[in-house]
Amino acid sequence: MSLLHVVILAPFLAAIIVPFLYKLARPVHTGWFVLILPILLFVYLIQYLPEVSGGQTIIKEQPWIPSLGINFTVYVDGLGLLFALLITGIGALVVLYSIYYLSKKTEALHNFYVYLLLFMGAMLGVVLSDNLIVLYTFWELTSLSSFFLIAYWYHREKSLYGALKSMLITVFGGFAMLAGVVLLFAMGGTFSIRELIGQADMLASHTLFIPAMLLILLGAFTKSAQFPFHIWLPDAMEAPTPVSAYLHSATMVKAGIYLVARLSPVFAGQAEWFWLVSGFGILTLFWGSFNAVKQTDLKAILAFSTVSQLGMIMSLLGLGSASVHFGYATEAQAYTVATLAAIFHLINHATFKGSLFMVVGIVDHETGTRDIRRLGGLMTVMPITFTIAIIGSLSMAGLPPFNGFLSKEMFFTAVLNARELGLFNMQTWGALFPFVAWIGSVFTFVYSMILLFKPFTGQYKPEQLDKTPHEAPLGMLISPVILVSLVIIFGFFPNLLSYTILEPAMASILPGLLEPGQQFLVHIAFWHGWTTELFMTIGVIVLGSLLYLSLKKWQGIYDLFPHRLSFNHLYDQGLISMERLSARVTNAHMTGSIRDYLIYILAFFIIVLGSAIFLLEGYAFQFEDSGAIAAHEVILAVVMVIAAIAVAVTESRLTAIIAAGVVGYAVALFFVIFRAPDLALTQLVIETVSVALFLLCFYHLPKLKLKPKKTGFKVTNFIISLGVGTIITLIALSAHSTRLFAPISEYFVEASYDEAGGKNMVNVILVDFRGYDTMFEILVLGIASLGVYALIKLRLNRRENYENQ
Amino acid sequence: MRINDVILQTTAKVISFIILTFGIYIFFAGHHIPGGGFIGGLITTSALVLLYVAFDMETMNKVIPIDFKKMTALGLLIAVSTGLGALLFDQPFLTHTFGYFDLPILGEAELATAVLFDIGVFLTVTGVAVTIILTIGEDEKWK
Amino acid sequence: MEVMMSIVVGILFAVATYLILSKSILRILLGTVIISHGAHLLILTMGGLKTGAPPLLGQEAPAYTDPLPQALILTAIVIAFGVTALVFVLAYRSYQELGTDDMEQLRGNDNE
Repeated sequence: MSLLHVVILAPFLAAIIVPFLYKLARPVHTGWFVLILPILLFVYLIQYLPEVSGGQTIIKEQPWIPSLGINFTVYVDGLGLLFALLITGIGALVVLYSIYYLSKKTEALHNFYVYLLLFMGAMLGVVLSDNLIVLYTFWELTSLSSFFLIAYWYHREKSLYGALKSMLITVFGGFAMLAGVVLLFAMGGTFSIRELIGQADMLASHTLFIPAMLLILLGAFTKSAQFPFHIWLPDAMEAPTPVSAYLHSATMVKAGIYLVARLSPVFAGQAEWFWLVSGFGILTLFWGSFNAVKQTDLKAILAFSTVSQLGMIMSLLGLGSASVHFGYATEAQAYTVATLAAIFHLINHATFKGSLFMVVGIVDHETGTRDIRRLGGLMTVMPITFTIAIIGSLSMAGLPPFNGFLSKEMFFTAVLNARELGLFNMQTWGALFPFVAWIGSVFTFVYSMILLFKPFTGQYKPEQLDKTPHEAPLGMLISPVILVSLVIIFGFFPNLLSYTILEPAMASILPGLLEPGQQFLVHIAFWHGWTTELFMTIGVIVLGSLLYLSLKKWQGIYDLFPHRLSFNHLYDQGLISMERLSARVTNAHMTGSIRDYLIYILAFFIIVLGSAIFLLEGYAFQFEDSGAIAAHEVILAVVMVIAAIAVAVTESRLTAIIAAGVVGYAVALFFVIFRAPDLALTQLVIETVSVALFLLCFYHLPKLKLKPKKTGFKVTNFIISLGVGTIITLIALSAHSTRLFAPISEYFVEASYDEAGGKNMVNVILVDFRGYDTMFEILVLGIASLGVYALIKLRLNRRENYENQ
Repeated sequence: MRINDVILQTTAKVISFIILTFGIYIFFAGHHIPGGGFIGGLITTSALVLLYVAFDMETMNKVIPIDFKKMTALGLLIAVSTGLGALLFDQPFLTHTFGYFDLPILGEAELATAVLFDIGVFLTVTGVAVTIILTIGEDEKWK
Repeated sequence: MEVMMSIVVGILFAVATYLILSKSILRILLGTVIISHGAHLLILTMGGLKTGAPPLLGQEAPAYTDPLPQALILTAIVIAFGVTALVFVLAYRSYQELGTDDMEQLRGNDNE
């Protein structure tokens, strides 16, 4: 265990302590205690920055299940550290914000912070683990904590719906990813990402390579809300706004991005990877931004905006993967810029989107609504919030001088360069990329403007609001102000990031391009001259403004798309029909009749054991060494069989009991014949006691007939019984004929006197060699007797109570 | 109702003590010849049940004022504590030992800790069996 | 000998299964009793029959019957007694409370 392991586990430990703090210190908002942790972690992690910037990686190993190749290995490189800093940094700001957002009087804060800490730990685990199984475990934990956080206001039906939807979709993807991980293990023989990257060439020629890729992408796409799995993200907005800002914008939804980036060294360079990642990415970019425009809920706009931005990052990662074909030469730089843009935009998105979510949270908190049709003219009421919103949404729209502009320009460069790519049929299809990207950016501009102007400008409508709005408390403004400051700082000084984190993160995604000791050289500049990219941006602004102003005229096109064909409808219908189907299947075989269940079990028993005997050729019987049969033994056997059958066919209760007793005494006689005196004695006594017991009980049950009504002979039952009997006979014969191992009884013969001082081996085994068994056996007996006692006596007490009443 | 009460009771008095003696003998002999806690316990049970059948419940409760559920618990306790005893000598749980001792009157005899464990088994089996039978038998008055 | 016993055990199991599959709780109980007899004989048969003297060292015999199956069965007999008693009382009590011993009438149909 190293300190890095502690970093991952600390939030989990804190999650255990938080409820107690909540109970003990009710007057203090629990958030203040929680806040300490992400700050500490952030400060601790940032110390690794110089080392990682210098191209170092840190590995700390902790064996977990070494026999299966599963080790809790913490691996810190540029990419992991970047995410870890985002998680702890944004986490600290979000916790601070939540202290003012969630009232300590009315909210179940202990639950909220437990889930939030669970998420933080799980997310850190995802980005810092080297082992894919460990990563998967944490991955599912993030889905789980996200479920809890979305359903935090669990009395609202929409919260539950959103929580369930996100859970179903992300866990479905998670399972697919697990299958992909297992396939990777089957090919490479290791779960370690580093070791898999080391054998990337070998993996690529494997037949399982493409299935593994598809399954892992399914996991990444569902988590990062890529088209068509994006439908869960808008519904996840039912979570409290700090959660939306943290999980569903800055961190968790980027886990898919992380996974694609992390496994890029394994898959990059394949045409399938390139097309799937960039294709779905760019489709998501367009679809998200297009749908964001029609939303009327501020958070829904942000949700679709997040979907669209995630698509953009995803497509950039796809485009960047083409660069491995070139080596770090001049032509490759044309494509590595895509990877660079992806990482850079990842950071930028966290800053501006985080601040915008917090702005929306403030608006919601202060006015009581997020509906843009009811909001308006808040500019004068909330000047600081408005300022934050300006910076955030202009950055999102891709306008200078904010960081969004820089990454948007780089995005355009990347898609323009993609046209030139002489690979993967890009000559024919490449022109689509800049076009779709540009259209998507236009819509991005439009919804950014909606977000900015609809609530803050226009007519102030206080009569439509539930509360009298006023500026948010200072504490609530701290976090968004910090984030928009970062928007501006990264906008003016992007190279602050270049050397420290962008270069090492790129090195993690594209390790193959570098000679040992070499580093990516990144320099981001504002002004490149009058390039195509700049003209594209100007075009975005012009067309975007026109579309925004004429919004009412063309909004009708959204109604053209029939609801029946939407993915949401598909999901809802699919869920309903699956529930129906499973109910039907369950009702068909879960009849509530124990007889049916027994028939399933016995049929399974017959089929599996029968075919096992047949397939393993266990029927090679040999009878040479069987003992001789004496006449009295045959008679005894016949008596026993007749008695047993009599139990089954008789209709008299007494006859059945006596016949069962005969079987028991015959067994005792067999024990005598088979040289088992202890057994014979025990069986005799037990049989006597049981028969007495039976008669005693039946004496009290005069009406209890053996056959309540004439049921007749059951053919099914008979066939199954016959099958069971045959299988048992076969097993007995087969076990007798095949001795795989020498019997261990020699040991007891030799040791029972010398080691245990007893001459009766059976007794010595019972009380000494296998004393444990005997101890638990008598315990079971004791429990059975208590059960009998309770069944009869408890009722007695109850009757007495009735009588007393 | 019971016609043969006198005969039954008289024979039961004699026979049950023969059975009891036999049961205890079988229990102690169990280490070397067939017998042991299980069989001894069951034989003792049958002796007790015979007494309960011959005499009525109230009389028997006066003669043998034993709660057989507690007997079960005592047996389990003995069995577990003989196992724990081994821990005191730094041995694994339930390790048994034996030795030869010169006892007065009986002469040299073998004493094994396994017999202590078997006493636990004996008491538990007796307690369980008698509890079950008595519980079911007692229920008749609620018919 | 083993062959004969194997067949006998098979018949015991078949009869017991038939009883267990019937509706009457009493027949089910008798089925469990017989199935445990069958299981005990099965274990003994699989261990080999009459391969030597009873497992008592006092006998000074050259070979002894395998003591391990016997120890297992001894445990099983006593457990079977406990189980039988418990099922028995269950049957008895359910009949008293519910007035039926028909498993089809006792089935839980909550979701229908």
